[in-house]
Amino acid sequence: MATATPVPRPVDHGAATRDRARRRPPVAVVGVAALGVLFFALPLVGLLQRASWSTLAADLTTPEARAALRLSLVCSLSAAALSVLVGLPLAWTLARVPFPGKPLVRALVLLPLVLPPVVGGVALLGAFARRGIVGGPLYDWTSDGGPLGWLPGGPIQLTFTTAGAVMAETFVALPFFVITVEAGLRTMDTRFEQVAATLGARRWTTFRRVTLPLVAPSVVAGAVLAWARALGEFGATITFAGNVQGRTQTLPLAVYLFLEGRQDAAIALSLVLLAVSLVVLAALRDRWLVRA
Amino acid sequence: MRPTEPPARRAAHAPWGRALVTVAVGVLGALGVLAVVGCSATSPTSSTGPDGSATTAAGGVTPGTGMASGTLTIPAAASLTEPFTAIRTSFEAANPGVTDVAFSFDSSSRLAEQIRQGAPADVFASADEASMATLVDAGLVAGTPQVFARNQLAIVVKAGNPRSVRGLADLASVGTVSLCGSEVPCGRYADQVLQRAGVSIPADEVTRGPNVKATLGAVADGDADAGIVYVTDVTGDRVEAVSIPADQNAVASYPIAVLAEARNPGAAQAFVAQVLGPDGQAALRAAGFLPPS
Repeated sequence: MATATPVPRPVDHGAATRDRARRRPPVAVVGVAALGVLFFALPLVGLLQRASWSTLAADLTTPEARAALRLSLVCSLSAAALSVLVGLPLAWTLARVPFPGKPLVRALVLLPLVLPPVVGGVALLGAFARRGIVGGPLYDWTSDGGPLGWLPGGPIQLTFTTAGAVMAETFVALPFFVITVEAGLRTMDTRFEQVAATLGARRWTTFRRVTLPLVAPSVVAGAVLAWARALGEFGATITFAGNVQGRTQTLPLAVYLFLEGRQDAAIALSLVLLAVSLVVLAALRDRWLVRA
Repeated sequence: MRPTEPPARRAAHAPWGRALVTVAVGVLGALGVLAVVGCSATSPTSSTGPDGSATTAAGGVTPGTGMASGTLTIPAAASLTEPFTAIRTSFEAANPGVTDVAFSFDSSSRLAEQIRQGAPADVFASADEASMATLVDAGLVAGTPQVFARNQLAIVVKAGNPRSVRGLADLASVGTVSLCGSEVPCGRYADQVLQRAGVSIPADEVTRGPNVKATLGAVADGDADAGIVYVTDVTGDRVEAVSIPADQNAVASYPIAVLAEARNPGAAQAFVAQVLGPDGQAALRAAGFLPPS
């Protein structure tokens, strides 16, 4: 990797040696880096070595496993889509609109990154559960006799529903998208936008035709990060949305529950989670993540 | 164009850096406050420690006669959280040489699995005999496990019983029901009880908790309308119990044993004796557990 490129050089051997010496990476740094890689690689090997390959197909096709796989895809993709939908305006506002208290808003957006997901789940319960700040009125108004009681489908409850699982995943995934896209917006050369404006382009046109294409790599990278975070979400989901098979029991929840008694199934599901994430991250990395 | 880029790049990351610092300072500050409050809250307890042992001395146990010393690691069923925490206090008072008793409360099946995987532990207290049996079969138990308590199940509902649950039959149509995972002892007992009563709850109305405390939490803190937990877990003013008649109920037997790979077998033996002895049994009775036989 770091070896010299086969470019013809002058015969000055002294200069070549100096050049190579300068290019040779410090042993200590590379050593620690290698340890870091091992730290990630060894647990994966451990997982692979414990997998029961002969029963893999059977383990993955049980109704519970299939439901968890389907649900994980649906929820994580929805959470990523919601993150883009909400995160793009949020990132743009943070990057471009001056307003008082912006540091506080930024800190608020960052909070789910440092908050233990279980605490995030409890916080979501406080807001959106049947007796929560928003969930309470929502439930009461859509109950029989409430102002919105005529709506079909009965009272609206978010906990123990797939919508609730998507909310929990979005809560933890959104910050990844906002951080990535806001950084992209701020590193972008704003003179292109200014030029577009002087040429008579309206704000929306400028955003759509100039800004968005320029930050596209950041948007894709942010969306992928958000999706990956949503796919692995556990704490907020089980706390807020519960662990209902087929409705809120996503892959990580199924893995955690299966670990007692049905280890083979748990590890099989973990492998799927691992394979999907690796494939997506590797495929997108070359195309998008590096440039971002 | 180029010359402006490096500063712009730096500026791009600075706000998030500042925000992160704000969050970090906030979190650390909160932790600091909690630590100080925690210390001041616990300091009276530790200062009453000698008083406590003095009272035990009056009660016949001389302080400092406990031979046990060192530290103990004890994985125990989640339902034992309250009584075992109380037992630890009297155990440490009677054995000043023991510097630290660390519990790990979770579902017995998960704890047994962790012990089989080599997690260090001195004593194991299980909520069912099946989890203990897996360790006996694996040769990981020293001696014979002893049953130290029994427990029964109860239906748990929100305080005031808003859905008017009167018995197991109502669980089929009450809304979301919180049960322990089907491999977790409390989940297995609950499945037995429901099966015996001929009650089947639709799968999409059952939320499964990883241990009994999480299962209880879904009713106490979450939106689950009812749940099945141990009688001893239904405490606090946010929930209340609806009892399950004896002929429909299950009896959970709690075995305890010193583990073969205990690093402190002496203290481990002393702790088991404490649980089986009058102090331990009193703490278990106070928490609502039934005597071993």
